[in-house]
Amino acid sequence: MLKKLATGAAFALALIPAAAFAAGGGEQHIEDFSFSFEGPFGSYDQNQLQRGLQIYTEVCSACHGLKLVPIRTLADEGGPNLPDDQVRAYAAENFSVYDAELDEDRPAKPTDNFPVNDALGAPDLSLMAKARAGFHGPYGLGLNQLFKGMGGAEYIASLMTGYTGKTKEEAGTTFYENTAFPGGWISMAPPLDDEQVEFIDGHANDVHHLAEDVSAFLMWTAEPKMMARKQAGLTGVLFLTILSVLLYLTNKRLWAPHKGKKTS
Amino acid sequence: MSGIPHDHYEPKSGAEKWLHSRLPIVGLIYDTIMIPTPKNLNWWWIWGIVLAFCLVLQIVTGIILVMHYTPHVDMAFASIEHIMRNVNGGHMIRYVHMNGASLFFVAVYIHIFRGLFYGSYKAPREITWIVGMLIYLLMMGTAFMGYVLPWGQMSFWGATVITGLFGAIPFIGEPIQTLLLGGPAVDNATLNRFFSLHYLLPFVIAALVIVHIWAFHTTGNNNPTGVDVRKGSKEEAEKDTLPFWPYFVIKDFLGLAVVLVVFWAIVGFMPNYLGHPDNYIEANPLVTPAHIVPEWYFLPFYAILRAFTGEVWVVQFASFITGGIVDAKFFGVLAMFGAIIAMALAPWLDTSMVRSGKYRPQFKWWFLLLVIDFFALMWLGAMPAEEPYASLSLIASAYWFGYFFVILPLLGVIEKPEAQPATIEEDFDAHYGKKSEATPAE
Repeated sequence: MLKKLATGAAFALALIPAAAFAAGGGEQHIEDFSFSFEGPFGSYDQNQLQRGLQIYTEVCSACHGLKLVPIRTLADEGGPNLPDDQVRAYAAENFSVYDAELDEDRPAKPTDNFPVNDALGAPDLSLMAKARAGFHGPYGLGLNQLFKGMGGAEYIASLMTGYTGKTKEEAGTTFYENTAFPGGWISMAPPLDDEQVEFIDGHANDVHHLAEDVSAFLMWTAEPKMMARKQAGLTGVLFLTILSVLLYLTNKRLWAPHKGKKTS
Repeated sequence: MSGIPHDHYEPKSGAEKWLHSRLPIVGLIYDTIMIPTPKNLNWWWIWGIVLAFCLVLQIVTGIILVMHYTPHVDMAFASIEHIMRNVNGGHMIRYVHMNGASLFFVAVYIHIFRGLFYGSYKAPREITWIVGMLIYLLMMGTAFMGYVLPWGQMSFWGATVITGLFGAIPFIGEPIQTLLLGGPAVDNATLNRFFSLHYLLPFVIAALVIVHIWAFHTTGNNNPTGVDVRKGSKEEAEKDTLPFWPYFVIKDFLGLAVVLVVFWAIVGFMPNYLGHPDNYIEANPLVTPAHIVPEWYFLPFYAILRAFTGEVWVVQFASFITGGIVDAKFFGVLAMFGAIIAMALAPWLDTSMVRSGKYRPQFKWWFLLLVIDFFALMWLGAMPAEEPYASLSLIASAYWFGYFFVILPLLGVIEKPEAQPATIEEDFDAHYGKKSEATPAE
């Protein structure tokens, strides 16, 4: 019986990966960074998220918004986990928002979202790490996502580190060659430089590390409940497995009087 | 209700008799739950329960999601993120609903292919089969409209492409398309009517599911041998069957529990694997995604839709004899719906007297090829419309139609089936040994 159950399960499983499609995008090169949040047991590195927040605030926020992210969630467990008073201070120091009741701008509060920033036409980053897939293969089947993950954070990190230094002008816009960007030319100037951001704990701040940290932070903004989800996933899988075992034994006992010894 | 003789509910106490003479609902439930079921059903028969579970799961999670969702083009996308970030447990409910649709389709495809292999569609179960196909069509409509609701890029452009298909129908196509969209293009009116229908159709499906169950409870279940249950007397029937409760309920729940382990692992650890990253970008009518791909469960039929381009001679021929009314676009639409209608017509296309594929030596291989063909079409549907995928799609589509319209009718005539067991009991005992032999004196 177990063998047949396994065949059934295998068939169902076979359907799933065949299902994963991915529209491949040219000759992109996405480096497979190793992030702490990968895999069923992976979790966010709280310090890395805090560093990433600092990079976002000092660099990215000049052009990009995070309009879907409430500032108060910076205090969430399973996220950057900043103390409440620091979140309040962070909001007030860094952002001002338009208040419809006062009819004027005021310093941001934790209950506000990060501000919209589309002045330069830069995309909002709230969901960027889920809006890009780094890995598509083999043959567009997307099977490698089973092992490497969707690769959204890897895509962002590869984009940050993928500038070749070449530029070209087209219709008055400067484009920068980038090995991770679909099509190879991006209008965003290289945003990160070595030692551009100073960390209070003296953590390494070369482009590679900065790219990694800010990508981890953007993975969190895109999927803030990831830790809770994996926890629920693990609990659910364990309990359902126990339920399966109990049902297996029940079923075996129930059918036993009607079955003889298995002959084939 | 069933044609198989079995015990019926007998009201005993006064209260039971009182109710039974006014509304025999307890009797109906008893007869439904205790239906004699062929005891040789194998594990491919668990997917009906999985499907029933999926329908309930989607309705329950869906009702909760609606409490927090806003069907407006300016707010829909943000309201989904509100569910993901601010609603208690919202991220899990939403991921379960999202992946629940995929589980639904995994289950329905296995359920359909099980029916195709074991000849469950053949007389006297044609009505069960046709109702099942209607449910499947409604599921596709519901899933498609549900995918539009988050108002991401794939939502918007998927809606544009699919409603455009209706525009390809000659003469009446454009009014139909306008009616679907509620205007000249996908916009707020489209979102609102899709939302309304996405909420309505599952209840229509639920009603059809009752009809589906009613139909096969009238004929009795098919089984892996395709041999009928003996209906001469209750004693005879009891040798071939066991009551649905508890035997098959517990067995099906075991199957369901194992399926749910896999499902829950996907929800917990890789909830976006089956989705498309572009749907995390808010819909923008001014930016067309590089590749517009439907959800995986539509891919096989999407591949058939795209396979018939203007360069295919069949298409050119159809265009010529209809004076251009059937152009390449309309032909594609006809082929896509035709591929599903072909399945629905299986009861009348299959000429074999033998139900179960187990006893059909040639059929087995053609069927295996059909399964492979289905996966191939799924893969091709996700590939860009260029060579070699275009030619492969055409071959794979041709086989799909060939299977139903040529192979099924011909095989019944040319194939020499193997011997079938005389009774279900014989099949069961051949597999598990006779009860008397296996349980020696205590």
